Amino acid sequence: MLTYTIRRLLIAIPTLLFISLVIFLILEMAPGDPLADQPLTVPPEVREKMRAALGLDQPAWVRYLLWLRQFFWTEPLHLLDSLFGTAMADPGGRIVSWQFRAPAMDVIWQRLPQTLWVVGLAYVIGVLIAVPIGIVSAYRQYSWFDNLGTFVSMVGFSVPTFFTGVVLIIVFAVKLHWFPSIYDTTLKVSDWQSFTRQVQQMVMPVAVLALFNASQISRFMRASMLDNLQQDYVRTARAKGMTEKVVVLRHVLRNSLIPVVTVIALGIPTIFGGAIITEQVFKVNGLGQLLITAIYANDLPMVQTLTFIFAALTVLFNLIADVLYGVLDPRIRYD
Amino acid sequence: MTEARTAGFDAAARPPRSQWRDVWDQFKTHRGALVGLVIFGAILFAVVAGPLIWRLDPTYVDPNPVNMLKLRNQGPSLAHPFGTDQLGRDMLARIMAGGRVSIAVGLTAMLLALFLGTLIGVVAGFFRRLDGILMPMTDLFLSLPLLPLLLLMVTLFREPLGQGFGTETGIFLLMVGAIGVTSWMHTARIVRGEVLTLKEREFVLAARSIGTPSRRMVLRHILPNVMSPIMVSATLGIANAIITESALSFLGLGFPPDFPTWGRILYDAIDQMQLYPSRVILPGIAISLTVLSVNYIGDGLRDALDPRIRGR
Repeated sequence: MLTYTIRRLLIAIPTLLFISLVIFLILEMAPGDPLADQPLTVPPEVREKMRAALGLDQPAWVRYLLWLRQFFWTEPLHLLDSLFGTAMADPGGRIVSWQFRAPAMDVIWQRLPQTLWVVGLAYVIGVLIAVPIGIVSAYRQYSWFDNLGTFVSMVGFSVPTFFTGVVLIIVFAVKLHWFPSIYDTTLKVSDWQSFTRQVQQMVMPVAVLALFNASQISRFMRASMLDNLQQDYVRTARAKGMTEKVVVLRHVLRNSLIPVVTVIALGIPTIFGGAIITEQVFKVNGLGQLLITAIYANDLPMVQTLTFIFAALTVLFNLIADVLYGVLDPRIRYD
Repeated sequence: MTEARTAGFDAAARPPRSQWRDVWDQFKTHRGALVGLVIFGAILFAVVAGPLIWRLDPTYVDPNPVNMLKLRNQGPSLAHPFGTDQLGRDMLARIMAGGRVSIAVGLTAMLLALFLGTLIGVVAGFFRRLDGILMPMTDLFLSLPLLPLLLLMVTLFREPLGQGFGTETGIFLLMVGAIGVTSWMHTARIVRGEVLTLKEREFVLAARSIGTPSRRMVLRHILPNVMSPIMVSATLGIANAIITESALSFLGLGFPPDFPTWGRILYDAIDQMQLYPSRVILPGIAISLTVLSVNYIGDGLRDALDPRIRGR
């Protein structure tokens, strides 16, 4: 198991390097000019100097290597510096966002809490809803509950999140005035009143994403439970005179959770990147929204850094899911 | 026991039935799939044949400004059953025209993804030497953050492609290409798995022993036998492509504003959704209904093509 994990970690390094190169090359081929917004009255020699200040006069491979050095060397050092108060990192060497004129990582750290709160909470709630629904649906297969659950989950992942979000806004914000339609990120939770306002503005985005996540995970849970309910060990457990509760909740559930846990782990990276659309609908000032504004503004360092972070998280959680599968299920051997 | 014997006797006496006949019989028992098929057929018909009956131009804006202002933002009426939008264009015509584009993008992107996925899956499964290159590549694609990359590709390449092929064709090609290139991986994995098991079967050995060349082996013996997983991923691919296209349009990164697609119509209506919610709801329902019906068809197809369930 340990050798497998180490091997996978070692394979992950060239994979990540390759992905970063792909992202860099896509950005490199792009025709967008970061200086396009500057007024035309800027004389050409000044324009050249501005390009040089952004580092654009260097050849592409130099810029790629520079980005690698910044991302894998300067930024971690800076993180250590800010944690322990040391001064190892070169302050001028950080990845600077062209749009914010500030280190890209600082902006990302500022935006991270909003995304984690809204999207992370939605994921947790989605899982908490999905698992019991999946268990009951499978245990009472083809009952009215199962049919209803199947229909709702079908609707849940067929209706795009931007449409559910907009419908919720029309119903609950425009008609009923229950919740605000725009997420206010400047709200500080200090007392009971601001706490209820925070909860109110989180209800709709969380509900949209939770429905979407729950509908996918409950299908997996149901299928996995159905597979296990027909196994011989279930009949054995019943024959030994165990109560139905023990059979289902201890024997079947534990075995059925193995594939579901890996599916859940695989979905975690989408918490960080995948909620781009929902953040846009509710104007949540999170990472997805940051990526979109960076793309619009031709802010190449920010786009490169964010996309690479999303990719790294995906690779990491793929690895975790595989390792977790081996840990949870001793029948799986990676040799 | 007697029942089983008579059933066996009947089966022997009856003329042989084709596999697709059996699949259809099983498919018919899945009520959701049947309803989905009817709804998808109806949407397809409305979108393809509708503009021939409802002859208003979806991009027509009245050139007389006074008329144009009068025609704006109308509610449902006989002349405009779904009302008009902020420029006085007929919503019914726009939704039909938008559906044409959305479904065309969905179908073409699905075909591209299917072609790539089947090609890579068959080659990886059939030729062991290429497996070592192709499967890590598939895994690599699977671990890319797809939506951010799609956003990147679409924003960065819309201008040059639009100049090269004309705005509409260029963006159509870009959308289809971007969605196709980012959604072939699941098909490739499933097809590869099927090919690997098929390769061990006796009929492949028999074909090989009479000297069938690789190309004909793949085309005549392998491909027809992997049709069922391909068909299931085709339906899921349509649903996925339609959702992705409308999501990109919704983010303002899809087709240009005067070129209606369902996602684009929805996006254009967001600004005024407090006053005219129906303009948001209609295209949204169109997208959701299409995707839902396609997903149900896929569900029924998966059951119908599974020989373990079929005939029970």
